[in-house]
This record gives sequence, C-alpha cells and structure tokens, in this order.
Amino acid sequence: MSPTESVEAFRSRARSWLAAAMPRLDHDAPQRLPGDDDELWLRARELQQKLYAGGFAGICFPKEYGGLGLSRAHQEAFTEESADYEMPFLLNTPTFSICCATLLDLGTEEQKRTHIAAAIRGEQALVQFLSEPSGGSDLAGLLTRAERDGDGWVINGAKTWSTSAYAADYGLCLARTDPEQPKHQGLTMFLVPTKAPGLTVNRIRMVDGSTEFCEEFFDNVRVDASAVVGRVGEGWTVASRQLFHERNAVGGGSPYVSGHGIPPTRPVGNPFTIARLTGRADDPAVRTLLGDVIARSIVDSRLVARVSAGIAEGHLPPPASSLLRLFHAECAQNREDIALRIAGAGAAVGEASGPGHVGVAGLAYLSRQTASLGGGSTEISRNIISERLLGMPREYAPDRGIPFNRIKRGTR
Amino acid sequence: MFLATAKEFLAKEYPLDRIRRPDGGEFAGFDRAWWTSAADLGWTALLVPEELGGGTISDDGTRDLALLAEQLGAGVAPGALLPTNVVLAGLVAAHGTGPDHTDTIGSLMSGESIATWAVYEPGAPWSPHRPGVTATPVDGGGFRIDGTKDRVEAASQADLLLVTAATPDGTVQILVPATAEGVAVAPQWSLDLARAFGTVRFDGVRVDAGAVVGRPGDADVIERQLQTALVVQCAEVCGGLTTMFDTTVQWAFDRYSFGRPIASYQALKHRFADMRTWLEACRAITEAAAAAVGQRTDEAPQLVSAAKVFVGERALRILQDCVQIHGGIGVTWEHDLHLFLRRATVDQSLYGTPDDHRRRLADLADAAEHAESAVSAALREAAP
Repeated sequence: MSPTESVEAFRSRARSWLAAAMPRLDHDAPQRLPGDDDELWLRARELQQKLYAGGFAGICFPKEYGGLGLSRAHQEAFTEESADYEMPFLLNTPTFSICCATLLDLGTEEQKRTHIAAAIRGEQALVQFLSEPSGGSDLAGLLTRAERDGDGWVINGAKTWSTSAYAADYGLCLARTDPEQPKHQGLTMFLVPTKAPGLTVNRIRMVDGSTEFCEEFFDNVRVDASAVVGRVGEGWTVASRQLFHERNAVGGGSPYVSGHGIPPTRPVGNPFTIARLTGRADDPAVRTLLGDVIARSIVDSRLVARVSAGIAEGHLPPPASSLLRLFHAECAQNREDIALRIAGAGAAVGEASGPGHVGVAGLAYLSRQTASLGGGSTEISRNIISERLLGMPREYAPDRGIPFNRIKRGTR
Repeated sequence: MFLATAKEFLAKEYPLDRIRRPDGGEFAGFDRAWWTSAADLGWTALLVPEELGGGTISDDGTRDLALLAEQLGAGVAPGALLPTNVVLAGLVAAHGTGPDHTDTIGSLMSGESIATWAVYEPGAPWSPHRPGVTATPVDGGGFRIDGTKDRVEAASQADLLLVTAATPDGTVQILVPATAEGVAVAPQWSLDLARAFGTVRFDGVRVDAGAVVGRPGDADVIERQLQTALVVQCAEVCGGLTTMFDTTVQWAFDRYSFGRPIASYQALKHRFADMRTWLEACRAITEAAAAAVGQRTDEAPQLVSAAKVFVGERALRILQDCVQIHGGIGVTWEHDLHLFLRRATVDQSLYGTPDDHRRRLADLADAAEHAESAVSAALREAAP
C-alpha cells in the first residue's frame, strides 16, 4: 500500500497537469448572455471526463466509489491551482456537493458504486427533486406521493426549483409514502431517472434570462424498490442530510467540488472589471468599495475554513453550516450592490448587442436575492442558528405531530 | 495555564467596577507595579525570540499574543499590552539592521520600562509613511527632532517613545526617552475609560545616531508594527464581543415581555443569528490574521487589513444590537456594555479606520502580480 501523496507533491503534480491538459480561462471574454446552455453542460461533462482521465476527479470521494480518497487539504490545493482554468463547475452543485455527498452518507452500496462513480467519470449528473409549488420553506409539507405497486413504487405530483434538472440523469425525489403519519415521518427518498416515462421536465425562465431552474410533473412514474435511498418512511433523514450538504455547498464549505467557481450559466457583475471599464479604478470612493469586496471575500473564505474544521473536529454541531450559508448570502448581495454602485448609469444601458461587462451589473442585480433564497431561505438559516446553536425556543408550528392528512392547508 | 493565570490576574486587579469608576473620575493610568507583574507573567516576552531573552509557550508568539489580547479584551483591561508589544515587534524586526537595542528590549520585557508608538499627528489621518515630524541630521551624527504627535497611547506613562519622523533619506523611526529635553507630554480625553492617550511635542529634541531603529526608509518594520497592532486590536475586540454577546443571549432568556422570554421572538432570534454569524466570522478572520502574521506569510498584509475592516465595523454593529436588545439599561453608566463599546470604538478608529484598510486592500490587490486574476479568484470564492 503506497503512502498518501503529500499535499505539496499533489499540488505540484496538479499544476503541471493543469497547464498541459486544461483550457485556461479568458477573463476578458465577452459576457455571456444567459439562455440556452445545453452546450455548457456538454462542456462540463467533457471537462469532468478530462479531470477523470488525468486522475484529478473526485478528490475527496473514497477510492472504492471511483474517487481519489484524499483530504480536504488536497482538494484546496487543487482548487487554488485550478483557479485560472476552465472547470466543470456546473457539476459541483448539486451533483457532487449535494447528491453524491448524500448518497455517500446514506445510499446503498450499489447506489454508491453505480452513481458516485459514474458522476466522477463525467457520465452522470444528479439533481434534487425536493421543493414543491405549494411548499416554500415548509419542505416537509410536500404533496408528491409514492404508492406501492408490487415490488416498486408509482410517483405522482409536482416538483419545482430543481437546478439543472433538464441536464441531469437522476433526481433525488422526496415523496410522501404514508399520509397517516405526521409530516416528517411518512416520507421516502427515491432515486428517479429523469427520462422515466411519465416524468415531464420544464425549464423556468428567471428574471436575468437564465433557465437553469426546472419544474417537473410526475404522472404515474414507476421506479423499482432499489430506487429507495435510505429506508422507506425515513426520507426526512435523507432530506436533512441533503439540506446539510446543500447549506454547506451554498456556503462554500463542501469538499466535494472541483473548485469554488461560478458556473457560466448566470450573469455576475465583477466590480473590478466594471471599475476598470468605467475609468473609476483610481477614484478613492470606488477603491473603498473594491476593498470592501476583497475584505468580505477573505473573511468568507476564513469563515468557511474555521466552521468546516469546527464541524469536522466536533467543536461545532453540523447546523453550524447555516453560519456559512447566511454569511455567503450577505457577501453575494454586497458584491451585487457594489457592482451596481460602481457601474452607475452603465448598469442601466449596455452595449448595442447586450449588457456587456458593465451593464451586466444591472442584470445581475435583478436576481440579487437568489443567494438568499436558493438552498433554503436565509430566514430558515437564521431559525436554525438561533434554535440549534443558541438554543432559543422553536417557532410555534400547529402541524407538529399531526397526521399529514389532517393538517390544515391554505387555499392557494 | 498562561491564559488562565492572565485571566485570574486581571479579574483580581482590574474588575470592571474599577474600570467603570462609579465616581466618574478620570483615568490617570494603570498601576506601574501591576504592569511589572504582568511583564513577569510573560505578557511582553511573546514576540521576542529566545536569543534576545524572550519566549513563548507555543512556537508562535503572535498567536499567543492574540490569545492574551482576547483575554484582556474580555475584561476591558488597561495596561500597555498593545503599545509595548508594537514597539517590541518593531525592535525585533529591525534587530541586526541598525543600531543595537538589545538592552531596551530587555527593559521592556521586564516591565522596567514602557514604550509606545508615536505615529499619529494632529489633524492627520492614518499615514505612517508621511510624517510631519522632522528628524534633521546634525553634525557629529544624531538628529534634531521637531514637531507634534498625538493619539499616543499611554503617553504619560511611557518611558520611551518610538517616533516616526521624516529625514532626507525617508521615514525613520527613532527611540526617544520621554525625559529627553524638549519633550512635552499632555493628556488627551479618551473615549475608552481604561486607556489614556496623549499629545507629545518635540521641540528641538536631540538624540544620537544610536537612537534610530532599523534603517531610514525601511517600510517593513513599520508594516510589522502595524500588523501587530491590528492583531492585538482585533483579538481584544473578539474577546469583548464574546463576553457581551453571551451576556445578551442570557439576557434574552431571562427577560420576559408579554409573558414569554424575548429569546422566543423571531424578530430577535434572527438578529441573534446574524450576530452569531458575524461573531464567528470575526473570530475566523482574526485567527487567520494572527496565524499569517506569526508565520510571516505573504498574505499577512491582506489578512490583517481584512480583519480590521470586518472586526472594526461588525463589532460595533453587534455591540449596538446588544444595547438595543437590553433596552434602556443598555445605555446606562452602570451597565457593562458601554465599557466594551468604548473599547471597540477606540480600536476601530486607531491604526487606520476600516475605510483606510479597504483602500489599502485595493492597493495591495493592484500591487499583486496578476491582480485581476487574484481578485477574480476572490470573487469566485465569494459566489455561491
């Protein structure tokens, strides 16, 4: 058995491999207009296959499931080295950081060997079918149901806000299997093929023109018994694990990613580029704003390091990942606000053919709240922090402990 | 052990009631004998290497200094921890590059003498590299110093002043005895009840060439002093924040309004969640800054400035929220909150304001090779 490669040796091997094998990023490339992004998905799979072929895929996943079985420090070294290269960020979340991470914790041996390994090879993308049109933050109040049918199950209902479902192969779908139980207890998690007969996936157009979110309709979708993740009736345990990984991923704390990059599907205002292009890079007021973006980004990365280590070493309970989720949202909002301020009138009107690097600040500002909504709202994060970290009394919930089919629901 | 001793020593000698002074009298300075005992406990040896007689329990004196500062901050302690250690950081950084100050290092470590950094000037913002005080070379070596410094911490109690001054060869730092002819110290009103500041006038003060610390124009020594000051400030503010945040959480459980503890109101729970998050972030960046300064990494300048920007401002928001949640009693003289708010406000204001450090971060990013890509990487880090 060979000893584990040192982080520094791994870093220098990654550096030479990246230079030889991966395409460099072009920071001055024209800002992409959001919209149809199928080619970006093909590109992400291609890049993932390159990582796999080069021996740099799935750094923190165990070897038996196709990963490298290395430490977070190895992943961080790779993240730093790969910062100037094109990377398959589209596969980061939810495929690796949420779905594969959850399967690793709670999936069957067969699910781990099949799906985690395929994702690492760049042959499979996974998504989450959690939220529902009537649900909002009350995730466990979901209505999609799965009924036994011989050895398998039949699923009916609707899901929404599924990031990139159109480009995925499988979805982790939470469904109600026992409406006689209180809302958290009668649930089961299924791994559903997105191309299953009866499953319709539509893309949702967002304010910035992007279409990465989807809604799904389940019309008698059949799955085998082997599709159950965890135990029947214990879907909430699996979902909670998913939500933990999601908060961690959204907060930048997941080790199961190919670097902390922004997928190119969404417009992002870069305050530094905007300051340069508007000729304001030397204005002391603008420099103060730019310094603020830098300071927060540094603080954010140190917070991720501290909280991740705290959770790993047991000084902090897992709900502490909500600290990351909340702070990350604040940083993202601040960055959009500052980009907008620096862009000035340039945020209102772009170039002839599109918003350009300056106008994109306006477009990105329209979806400013995304960072505070995706991955569970920041209000829920605040409840988790106050209730589970500070031990404050829980919010009153009239549906607690009541069989789901007797819970009062609104008319909308 | 080191920290437990420090904590016990502080609680015994300087409880909050002694700092608050119910009589409302002026703070004239800390007790000299007490400071000598503090020096005996190792408070001044942390940044000094063993070959110069110093030493620390771990191998990282800056980290230990930060932990100690946190303890002091938790009780708004007086003393010369920041000024003396900042001067020691400068003397150690300059050691071997200019006149020898081994004896001074020894007397500061023993507590026999106290030193402070005279770097601010009346009416001027934080600008350590553009002193108005002049050090004019005189015949036979040595300098004549003229001008005024202000916001000099512990000026009335300091035996030695490390003065930044302009020479024809660039900014120089000179150790001036407070008793030298031509030096006049006057006290300044201080927001912090446990910390005294003063103005120091230099009127044709003569020093010999051996008073110079390092070499003229050497920005690295000043940078080292700044980094030390920022680590101490941020760490002590983290200590105070923790004390007051915990107090306020407890208050929220104990205080009932409309028949239930105020900790059960979502409006307050959400504010506590924000405060808890910011507190963790304050600790994270301070810890990272202390580690970078201790290990002298290339990131140290960025990390200390990021810490100053964040801790400097967030501490005040957290403390003001604590005041708000306490209600009217939060703005009374009897409550402890204002002691911490005073300290945090003073720490926020000195050695560069958060805005000064924001601009410094922008400058550092420009100076970095591949600034654009370094910053892009920072942005990617910050995005979901």
